[in-house]
Amino acid sequence: MTTMTDPPQGAFRLSMLLNDTRYRSYTFQFIALIVLIASFAYLGSNLFSNLAAAGLNISYQFLGTPAGYDINQTLVEYDSQSTNARAALVGILNTLLVAFMACVTATIFGVIAGVLRLSKNWLVSKLMAFYVEIFRNIPVLIWIIIIFTIMTAVLPGPRAFRGDEPSASMVLNAFAFTNRGIYIPAPVWGPGSLVVVATFLASIVGVFAYRRYATKLLYDTGRLLPMGWPSLAILFAPTLVMFFVMGMPIGLELPELRGFNFQGGIKIGGPLIALWFALSIYTGAFIAENVRAGIQAISKGQTEAAGALGLRPGRIMNLVVLPQALRVIIPPLISQYLNITKNSSLAIAVGYADITATLGGITLNQTGRAIECVLLLMLFYLTISLCISAIMNVYNNSVKLKER
Amino acid sequence: MSDTHAHSVAFVRTEQVPPSPPPFTTSGPVKWAKDNLFSTPFYSVLTIIAAYFIYLILAGSLPWIFNGVWATSSLAECREVLDGVSGGCFSVLTERWNQLLFGFKYPAELYWRPTLAFVLMFVAAAPVLFFKLPRQLLVFTALFPFLAYYLIWGGTIWTPLLALAGVIVGYLVYSRFVAGSFAAGFFGGIAAAFVVWIIGGMLIPDNANDTAMMQAVPSRDLGGFMLNMMLGVACVSLSLPLGIALALGRQSDMPLIKWVCVIFIEFIRGVPLITLLFVASVMLSYFFPPGTTTDLFLRVVIMITMFSSAYIAEVIRGGLAALPRGQYEAADSLGLDYPQAMRLIILPQALKISIPGIVNIAVGLFKDTTLVSVISMFDLLGMIRGPILASTEWNGVYWELLGFAALLFFVVCYGISQYSQWLERQLATDHR
Repeated sequence: MTTMTDPPQGAFRLSMLLNDTRYRSYTFQFIALIVLIASFAYLGSNLFSNLAAAGLNISYQFLGTPAGYDINQTLVEYDSQSTNARAALVGILNTLLVAFMACVTATIFGVIAGVLRLSKNWLVSKLMAFYVEIFRNIPVLIWIIIIFTIMTAVLPGPRAFRGDEPSASMVLNAFAFTNRGIYIPAPVWGPGSLVVVATFLASIVGVFAYRRYATKLLYDTGRLLPMGWPSLAILFAPTLVMFFVMGMPIGLELPELRGFNFQGGIKIGGPLIALWFALSIYTGAFIAENVRAGIQAISKGQTEAAGALGLRPGRIMNLVVLPQALRVIIPPLISQYLNITKNSSLAIAVGYADITATLGGITLNQTGRAIECVLLLMLFYLTISLCISAIMNVYNNSVKLKER
Repeated sequence: MSDTHAHSVAFVRTEQVPPSPPPFTTSGPVKWAKDNLFSTPFYSVLTIIAAYFIYLILAGSLPWIFNGVWATSSLAECREVLDGVSGGCFSVLTERWNQLLFGFKYPAELYWRPTLAFVLMFVAAAPVLFFKLPRQLLVFTALFPFLAYYLIWGGTIWTPLLALAGVIVGYLVYSRFVAGSFAAGFFGGIAAAFVVWIIGGMLIPDNANDTAMMQAVPSRDLGGFMLNMMLGVACVSLSLPLGIALALGRQSDMPLIKWVCVIFIEFIRGVPLITLLFVASVMLSYFFPPGTTTDLFLRVVIMITMFSSAYIAEVIRGGLAALPRGQYEAADSLGLDYPQAMRLIILPQALKISIPGIVNIAVGLFKDTTLVSVISMFDLLGMIRGPILASTEWNGVYWELLGFAALLFFVVCYGISQYSQWLERQLATDHR
């Protein structure tokens, strides 16, 4: 008969802290904690003695004082008497604006380039490969500056549009490309325009309802309703009818040359265009590679199996390849969006008033509150990044392969 | 039998007819064009659009390049020579060549020093990049950082020699103790190196730089493409060990170590590089001991190294996660302890998997070194936007300069990515 006994539990000895794997990790962590605290204390004491020597302190009161500088492109009310906090808000909105616009256009560029790069057309696929390699391998800052230079040094000044035989003319009489920015028509909302907009929104809901109904009908009875032209009709017909019934309430205000500059319309400044276009075309090259990788990741067997089931090429793409490819494409796509947001901080190089240029640029230089400004700046970007990562995690969990 | 035919048929061919060539449209370039360019109407339209697009680009750029002027001393003179014809004023490149490469403050008579360091860099990098070269060359790679420092900054030779001595002493202590315990060897080596540096630092006289054989060049005089190269090379090589440590720390079982690494990595990855450069330029000096001054170059190197190490850590973590669990268990069952398992089994495989990712980070980082022009360091882009475009001779020569910068970066980055693809093929051991 054997008796099972526990291994001898010796009393705790000090040497076990180093030799026993059960306790060793505590020793290491304790040492690490001490080192960490010591280094933070060292850096902190340096900081405070340096600040004291320079007669500074940490204070966020500068946020409430008037900023004292003008911003040429703002989304909310702002003048030079507004507070620094307001200037930072303008910067935040401008950052979000350019990041959003660049995300949309980068996706369009990237998807087109990625799909065309896989095309069987030799010339087109080589051209797209060329685009991707050229834009990926040259720093985005150089692209921003190149496009900004085109905007400021190549486009004609408003003066060129004047006179009997102007050297420059407006495109379609509605768009003016000048070195001060691009002027586009602005919508004018007359009385009754609300009804038209509401109709349009209702039509969008209607399109989705129609598509859902068509799918349900297909699954229930096998009858296939046409999708394309009814969707278009539902989307535009009621709005157009309502537009004329209400007596054309929405008009366009065209930019016009008055005096030395263009008046009316919406002005999009050169820095915004440069940043927007450079970010989208640069990130578009990366997205093209993601899209290509995603489509190539779908094995050929999937396409062939769908073909064997009798699906037509368009449906194979929509129902079989794309849903699987998107699972591969979207995570890197979202991290590219994150990169766009972070790269939009390069706005400071061309003078676009984003958060880095207002809070981290002019406010920092005028108030001398370096530490506070940089900390707030980092906090903002960190918040954005964490939000986008959170969205990405939610998405990844929702499309994860349900393995049994 | 043949007799009957001889009577019924007038002529019988006795040899075979040679095969006629395929129709013109089903072979050769025409077939290729038909298959690859004009297979469907849609593709034909695409081809025509693409061809027109290429024509536009070439028609715009070729005359500009071939009519270029290479030997004038100012923009006005260049425009006179061109006389209204479309052409580039490339003379800005020939005239400001040294400024573009070395910045505008580096002493002209010392240009041979960074050039020599640049050439030696290839010798030093060769054994790291190409595994077939003799391993003895790695000795030169180890010496290169000290040599390059001495060549670029000059000053007293004792500083790089002291640094080298510290490293050698540290390595000797490490190899003496590592057999017993990795931790003892590692930390002992670091401690020994620091002891040598501190003692040696007291021995070097303060005015050693003034009497040195090589003229000392302060960091703020560095500039041009040299600055981009130095930042790129220094930060990538410094951030590799840091990144490996962070990746291992993030995988650690010890919660404190793990969370410190996670917070560091996520924080750095969440903020743009430019805010970190702001930290370097306006904030970091507050964290150094009062009364000391650190030059901007060192502060920027610290911040960019932190930045890239966080990204490299994530790439290496991917490599560690891609290793099959069995590799860890096999290492454990052989009785290897943690440092041994990591050094002998896990890291060699994980690093191999992560090489393409690391190269991507390196290329991205090299491109990002242009950002230092925002905090008014005169790198290649800073030189172009600052001193050269602001000068009276060359005010307005945008395309030649920006195109040159773009070309330089393209050559380097494209070269590195091609090398990475070659290396991936070399390291592919899975015989597919």
